[in-house]
Amino acid sequence: MTIASERVAVPAAERRLSPEWLGNIFSKSLLHVVVIGITLMWIVPTLGLLVSSFRSPADIASTGWWTALSPPFKFTLDNYTGVLNTSNLGTSFFNSFMITIPATVIPVTIAAFAAYAFSWMKFWGRDFFFLALVGLLAVPLQATFIPILSLFVKLGLTPDNVGFLGLWLAHTGYGLPFAIYLLANFFRSLPTDLFESAEIDGAGTLTVFFRIVLPLSVPAIASLVIFQFLWIWNDYLVALIYVGGTADYAPLTVTIANLVNSNGQGWELLTAAAFFSMIVPLIVFFSLQRFFVRGILAGSVKG
Amino acid sequence: MSSVTYDHVVKRYTSDLTVVKDFNVEIKDKEFMVLVGPSGCGKSTALRMLAGLESISEGQIRIGDRVVNDVAAKDRDIAMVFQSYALYPHMSVYDNMAFPLQMQHMKKPDIDTRVKNASRILGLDNFLVRKPRALSGGQRQRVALGRAIVRNPKVFLLDEPLSNLDAKLRGQTRIELQKLHRDLETTFIYVTHDQVEAMTMGDRIAIMNAGILQQVGSPGEIYDHPANLFVAGFIGSPTMNFVPATVENGSAKASGFSVKLPKPIAATKGTLGFRPEAVTDRVTDEANSMQMKVDVVERLGSDQFLYGKVGSDAVTARVDPRMKVDPGDTVKLGLDTRTLHFFDAESELALL
Repeated sequence: MTIASERVAVPAAERRLSPEWLGNIFSKSLLHVVVIGITLMWIVPTLGLLVSSFRSPADIASTGWWTALSPPFKFTLDNYTGVLNTSNLGTSFFNSFMITIPATVIPVTIAAFAAYAFSWMKFWGRDFFFLALVGLLAVPLQATFIPILSLFVKLGLTPDNVGFLGLWLAHTGYGLPFAIYLLANFFRSLPTDLFESAEIDGAGTLTVFFRIVLPLSVPAIASLVIFQFLWIWNDYLVALIYVGGTADYAPLTVTIANLVNSNGQGWELLTAAAFFSMIVPLIVFFSLQRFFVRGILAGSVKG
Repeated sequence: MSSVTYDHVVKRYTSDLTVVKDFNVEIKDKEFMVLVGPSGCGKSTALRMLAGLESISEGQIRIGDRVVNDVAAKDRDIAMVFQSYALYPHMSVYDNMAFPLQMQHMKKPDIDTRVKNASRILGLDNFLVRKPRALSGGQRQRVALGRAIVRNPKVFLLDEPLSNLDAKLRGQTRIELQKLHRDLETTFIYVTHDQVEAMTMGDRIAIMNAGILQQVGSPGEIYDHPANLFVAGFIGSPTMNFVPATVENGSAKASGFSVKLPKPIAATKGTLGFRPEAVTDRVTDEANSMQMKVDVVERLGSDQFLYGKVGSDAVTARVDPRMKVDPGDTVKLGLDTRTLHFFDAESELALL
């Protein structure tokens, strides 16, 4: 008690200039400087890309992007109009959505059910299957292209027959191990008492899943959706392998890559196209941001 | 509104890990039964078997006349209040209480009536739209109770419901729970490790240790006539004095004093037990007095406890708070022989 009251008695001004206080301020500012410095370093390439996208091909080829930041200013929108005038950009944009939305929704939905089973249902070989699933995380997806593609061809799951279906299935397969792993770990962290309480209250497995597990897992599911969406939206290789040849099914990434001709000419268009393609992930990220609620479990099981 | 019978119930996890051994209790209709014991004694497991959260390895549990061994938890017509409350954090107080009724597919107006009724009893009327995170610990606890009340169950199960509350609130809630039990006229089974809760709330108390039921009885019976050394030591605070003693000619002889036993016993060696309140500063009979070297003095206002040595044995005494004693003093104390206990050296059973 006495120590506490003495501490209160020290005048504010004395505390403000004490060595402790100065040390505190110094270490705090140092931390801020370092964090801001690293952030700026990270932003530099993107900034360069942004500046370049507003410069003419001749300028890009002759000088660095930072020279554009000093007078005389010679910014131009040519690259953007150039990209937008590319014949099938609209189709590719649409295709990207047609690929990304189902290829996000399908695996996340399946993963949620599977993760619930892995974390809260007892069945034979549960641990073995979960371990096998974790093992799948380590399989390089490039190694799967040839066997899966030849299987798809045999089964007739080609773009000409079934449109995007083959690609959706492929993305689902590639996304599931990580999705299940992430969600199962989250579900497992929900308090056991909640499940027991629900059991006594008379809730069946599906009710528990839809009315308790899902609402409480919104942050985990939102981050998984962002992950999966970005991965598929930015994916070039998988789309190229399974539907890439046909222009009617090519997503934005494939079309943009094709802007550069074989001699490496026309890459100024890439700079503009990159920003064009960046808009959608940004929208997705910021619109799902509000689901990252801190302390969603607060008030459940603590006194 | 039903009795509960444990009939030779065993809970075994593996062949050499048995947490509840041959458990037999009959809990009467509308009784407030407290299961008490140190942590890990199997009391929670016994409750969870009744709730249907754990399977029963051997024996039978009956609610009323119905054997519930193979009945699903939701069909046992019980309600349980968890130590952690286990509220659904994303639902409002109203929805938390309505949830079990929705699961029974009850009609909305009926649900509304029951929830409103429960919230009135528990004083939660003003909090129905709040989420659990916006409630205090005591309010959350009452929501958990409300969720049990709305179901109108045959048996209420409470698993250490007060242990997350602070001391003052715990005392209050203890009284409220007893009132609730009287108003609801339902069987309550209450698990706790706190002997004060057990003594104050239970119509009867069942004491467990290491998976074995030690004694069942009213608080008075258990306090005055503990069946064995464990029960005697577990109930009562400060704990009963235990001194090793030998018996000769109807007298028990300890290292620092000897005392005439009220009735003859068939043992020559064992443990003499007497509660601190049996050792006082009033010496009525020189034959039953002792000299205590005081180590610690605890003044509680209404009581004064002396901790010290009589001969080579540690003894606690409850003396008049006005008596002036300092650590290091030697005082003369009298022993009230009416409440003596004697426990067999081998079996630890009470002989007196």
